[in-house]
Amino acid sequence: MRVLLSGNEAVARGCYEYGVQVATAYPGTPSTEILENVVQYKDDVYCQWSPNEKVAFEVAMGASFGGVRTLVAMKHVGLNVAADPLMTSTSVGGDGGFVIVSADDPGMHSSQNEQDNRYYARFAKIPLVEPSDSQEAKDYVGEAMRISEEFGTPVLVRLTTRISHAKSPVVLGEREEVPRKEYVKDTSRRVVIPAHARKLHVKVEERLERLREFAEESPLNRVEEGDPSVGVISSGISYQYARDAFPEATFLKLGMSFPFPISLARKFCQRFEKVYVVEENEPFIEEHLRIAGITNVVGKEHVPLCGELNQGLVRDCLCDVDAAETRSERAPAAPRPPVLCPGCPHRSTFFCLNRAGIGATSDIGCYTLGVMPPLAGLDTCICMGASVGNALGCEKAIGREFAKKMGAVIGDSTFVHSGMTGLADIAYNRGATTVIIVDNSTTAMTGHQHHPGTGMTLMGEPTVKLDYVKLARSMGVEDARRVDAFDMAAVKEAIREATENDAPSLLVMEGACALQSRKDWGEPFQVDPETCTACGLCLKLGCPAIGRDADGKAEISKLFCVGDACGMCAQICPVGAISAGE
Amino acid sequence: MPEKTTNVFICGVGGQGILLASEILSEVALSKGLDVKKSEVHGMAQRGGAVVSHVRFGEKVYSPVIADGEADILASFEKLEALRWLHALAPDGKLVVNAQEITPSGMETYPEGIDGELDSRAPDRHSIDALSMAMEAGHPRAVNTVMLGAFSNFLPFTHDEWSAAIEKRVPPKTVEINLKAFELGRAAVAG
Repeated sequence: MRVLLSGNEAVARGCYEYGVQVATAYPGTPSTEILENVVQYKDDVYCQWSPNEKVAFEVAMGASFGGVRTLVAMKHVGLNVAADPLMTSTSVGGDGGFVIVSADDPGMHSSQNEQDNRYYARFAKIPLVEPSDSQEAKDYVGEAMRISEEFGTPVLVRLTTRISHAKSPVVLGEREEVPRKEYVKDTSRRVVIPAHARKLHVKVEERLERLREFAEESPLNRVEEGDPSVGVISSGISYQYARDAFPEATFLKLGMSFPFPISLARKFCQRFEKVYVVEENEPFIEEHLRIAGITNVVGKEHVPLCGELNQGLVRDCLCDVDAAETRSERAPAAPRPPVLCPGCPHRSTFFCLNRAGIGATSDIGCYTLGVMPPLAGLDTCICMGASVGNALGCEKAIGREFAKKMGAVIGDSTFVHSGMTGLADIAYNRGATTVIIVDNSTTAMTGHQHHPGTGMTLMGEPTVKLDYVKLARSMGVEDARRVDAFDMAAVKEAIREATENDAPSLLVMEGACALQSRKDWGEPFQVDPETCTACGLCLKLGCPAIGRDADGKAEISKLFCVGDACGMCAQICPVGAISAGE
Repeated sequence: MPEKTTNVFICGVGGQGILLASEILSEVALSKGLDVKKSEVHGMAQRGGAVVSHVRFGEKVYSPVIADGEADILASFEKLEALRWLHALAPDGKLVVNAQEITPSGMETYPEGIDGELDSRAPDRHSIDALSMAMEAGHPRAVNTVMLGAFSNFLPFTHDEWSAAIEKRVPPKTVEINLKAFELGRAAVAG
């Protein structure tokens, strides 16, 4: 059967068809839908969200020790979190097939950087495969499993946003049952004390050479004959762009780009006067060629290194530089940035911080949207969990008084991911910083995934629920409490008390995500134009439902307002002009 | 069926049903045995931001995205978004635009001068009031099927093929409304 699947759905299908028995992840765009789709095969594939990518990686590695095929998925920056186990797993490798999926985000549609994770394969000395559409995304899960088992190594499957989130036809197959290998204790391989690790390193180098020979012959790397005067080397999504840009050319398509098949590439390059290397972001392929002394290549001196490519860009930068200028002409259109939703519980925190003149180090999640005016509530946002350490660092640099003027704002899922250790640090090192968990009890930004604070697993089973207040107290943060995020007075007062006291504090601002509380939405609120003085305070909430009418008075959109599921605007209106609708 | 790949660029605002519209279009093309690729970006776009979906179909499709200046159809579910993505349209491409205005979050009133910009940059456009037609069909959220109907006039698929895909993809309770919305949109634009 031929169906349209996204690359992520195809990887999930690959898990099913190629006998994976354990799959793990922490959600992160553009990788999230992989595990969200694996769950439909939960009778055959155990799957779970882990608190972060490092744990997800270690669970998957453990499952591989346990003798089953296993897959761990994450976004590109997630692999930074899992880099510690990654770098050593590569010498341990070799039980049940072990596949790591990294979904990179060229163009940074929903990320803080556009690091090219192909370098992780080279750094960790493990094979790298790069599917270029959904069919290959599924097939390469199988290929990666076979390579992993044959060579005793984890294999990195690198996707990018336009693979993960693009749909293309996929032919479905049946599930292949892969029996579990018997667990045998093997300390020489799995206990990496220096005496063992020294021997393992030698093996890794030998394995790498065998893998390179494999890559030279593998059908994953193929020459597609065409015009004998134009040669192109490409991989992943860039291959598709290049194919459109040079429909007649001869291609070396790399499906397995590390270890790099240098002999194959050299032979290919010898056939042409010039060879175009088309790759998004870093010159990964190009560097391999140049290091080997192959000089007749055209690559990053023309192909942009920053941002996403597309076929038009490839054509323009390699063939028709003038056309690029006309294409880039844009009509002047007012921006339409994403903002916190109407009814979002995070709004009260940023509004009250802003009114009190308190800044915030912040973190990765929906609440990062609090950076937009009028809330303008963020001073920093770097990576998962950084808000907490950043705030303490500011306090230590500037002085204890500064903790009264700068809090840390972090989401519930992000706090569990990597904010907890930062909180322990604040208590341990006698800081006074206030940490605010904006707790909507879900991983909202990536589409509402469960985590250890929600009481539910990926497979739909009720489970224990992390208690942030008890956790904080056990760390030595005595001033820890829950606050109703929709109670403006309570939020304001809690922030005042927590920042003014000379001790670390944890505030848990509880409120359901507006996208999940739809059934509790009430009638839209309304403004009494007779009472409204057009002071504009409600507009400072930055709620998409609130605008001004022709007289400059506040006006609430009936389409967007969630009614008494929120009600923040009515609470702050100084003249009581806003009330619940009928 | 033409050998050349057909490029349909659909844009609008989060919540307007753009992704479902592009699913239905892709379904129709797939049911004809064509190669299809469709691309959009998830995540930030949902929160009231601009949303785009690229659909390409033909004998063999490589890239899942449409390059600037190569869309055969630019279907914009909102007026400001038509202006934002106009550079995607091919010189001889068709612009189908819903005249609806949705004020961007963060702005207190709708930006001025959009009509003037569109008049000077895209005089030959098919502008319809998809929101009114959706309400006439039975629900304001059927804007997406009104728009499908409108630009279906420029695509080589039969009425029955469209109906079958709509029935397959929309929620069962809304099939009737959506089919009616499709008809209204289809009648509003001359193919």
